[in-house]
Amino acid sequence: MTLLQTHALTARYGDFQALFGIDITLEAGETVAVIGANGAGKTTLMRAISGVLASAPEQILFEGQPIGALASPEIVTRGIAMVPEGRKLFPSLTVEENLLIGAYGTKGSGAWNLARIYDLFPILKERRHSPGTALSGGQQQMVAIGRALMSNPKVLLCDEISLGLAPVVIKDIYAAFPQIKASGASIVIVEQDIGHALKVADRVYCMMEGRITLSGRSSEVSREAIHAAYFGAGVHEHH
Amino acid sequence: MNIIDTLVQGILLGGLYALFAAGLSIVFGIMRLVNLAHGDLIIFAAFAILTITSMLGLNPFVSALIAAPLMFGAGWLLQYFLLNRTLGKDILPPLLVTFGLSIIIQNGLLQGFAADSRRVPLGSLESATIPLGAINIGVMPLLTFLSAIVVIVGLNTLIYRAPIGRAFRATSDDPVTAGLMGIRPQRIFATATGLAMVVVTVAALYLGTRANFDPSAGPSRLIYAFEAVIIGGLGSLWGTLAGGVVLGVAQTIGATINPEWQILAGHIAFLAVLAFKPRGFFPRAVD
Repeated sequence: MTLLQTHALTARYGDFQALFGIDITLEAGETVAVIGANGAGKTTLMRAISGVLASAPEQILFEGQPIGALASPEIVTRGIAMVPEGRKLFPSLTVEENLLIGAYGTKGSGAWNLARIYDLFPILKERRHSPGTALSGGQQQMVAIGRALMSNPKVLLCDEISLGLAPVVIKDIYAAFPQIKASGASIVIVEQDIGHALKVADRVYCMMEGRITLSGRSSEVSREAIHAAYFGAGVHEHH
Repeated sequence: MNIIDTLVQGILLGGLYALFAAGLSIVFGIMRLVNLAHGDLIIFAAFAILTITSMLGLNPFVSALIAAPLMFGAGWLLQYFLLNRTLGKDILPPLLVTFGLSIIIQNGLLQGFAADSRRVPLGSLESATIPLGAINIGVMPLLTFLSAIVVIVGLNTLIYRAPIGRAFRATSDDPVTAGLMGIRPQRIFATATGLAMVVVTVAALYLGTRANFDPSAGPSRLIYAFEAVIIGGLGSLWGTLAGGVVLGVAQTIGATINPEWQILAGHIAFLAVLAFKPRGFFPRAVD
């Protein structure tokens, strides 16, 4: 069943058009990676889906319902949570408060609660009374992921979770994904780090200059095709 | 001249100024909104308490209990439908709009209640005192001070312990990311102003029963509130109480030396703090 889908999704910042008709789908239980260089429009796509940017209603469908025009609080209540680029922890809140506030918009219970998040990332339990922003980059990313999971989302959007982190730290964070998948969440991972994205995702979309330039199963797309789609060599050759 | 008596009166008066300031402090702390109509809203609430007291023949404390939820509602609506539209990167619109609001409230009150000086009657409680050694402590000033402490403990508990307080702080940090948590910043702001109006009602109760007030009395209360907040340091409610006490003590000492110096002494104390500790005694806010 298609859980989330965009239809000719466009986005613009003033005169600058950032997305030119994006069509992506996410099936229930699936993990999809969106890769592309800086400025390809990946973060804009995440901002549009999560409701930070408003779109036309029918451009984004979630569980068959048009959600493009809804604001972010409504989107998270419906079951789409985002780990924003740059983590965006609340500096005035402790680690534990940052996690708790993730559940603000959702009243029901589900697989994820404070105890489960601490099982997933034990270091956060030790640091739970520290200000969120006093942690290392990797630990902050764990808080940001835990905070999003606290709403027990059906769809988890992860925007550039490896950005600025050491490889060993990135490995630790990606080690949590099998458990997140097992909890039933469908995941969209936005990455510049192609290796990690392909390892964890079932399918991959590649973006360039606001368009999807390649899509396919992670196991089937070749490095050459990704390279072409990522840097544009292939596109220019075909036009 | 009894110096201890003067100090005690000053400290207790500081409780009133802390009550003036606490509402201002919440609104500024959460929304970075400087509400220039804050003093007029206190006077508005005092007239509300006076009206309920005289129309229904109730005790002013009971009237304040009735006025508090009404003021919460008024504050909520005011923020949601008017002040939220002024928030943004530019700090000028909130100043202009609340300045206009101040004029509207003053003239509205003038129209409705005339320019006469009014007071909320309290009967024998007005002059009741508790003898304490060499000095007598007024029951109402004592209640004012204790209420300020209760209000500050209550607000701190709400802001630092309750889920709504987490939402206040998160929204204050970053409204866009707060939205991703399911928080509706517009409503959080409305709730914060509603809460500030409840504190304003408490302040109005003690202002209205302590001294005369008239529709033009708001701006000077605003100045005391500002001074208490700044002396105490932005972002700390206990600091605000300390700021109120500094102001109160300075005023009573000034008044003891010469009754005409009461107001002046408060302002001089404020200037002295600004000169030597420009961020106040207990600054908490980062910016």
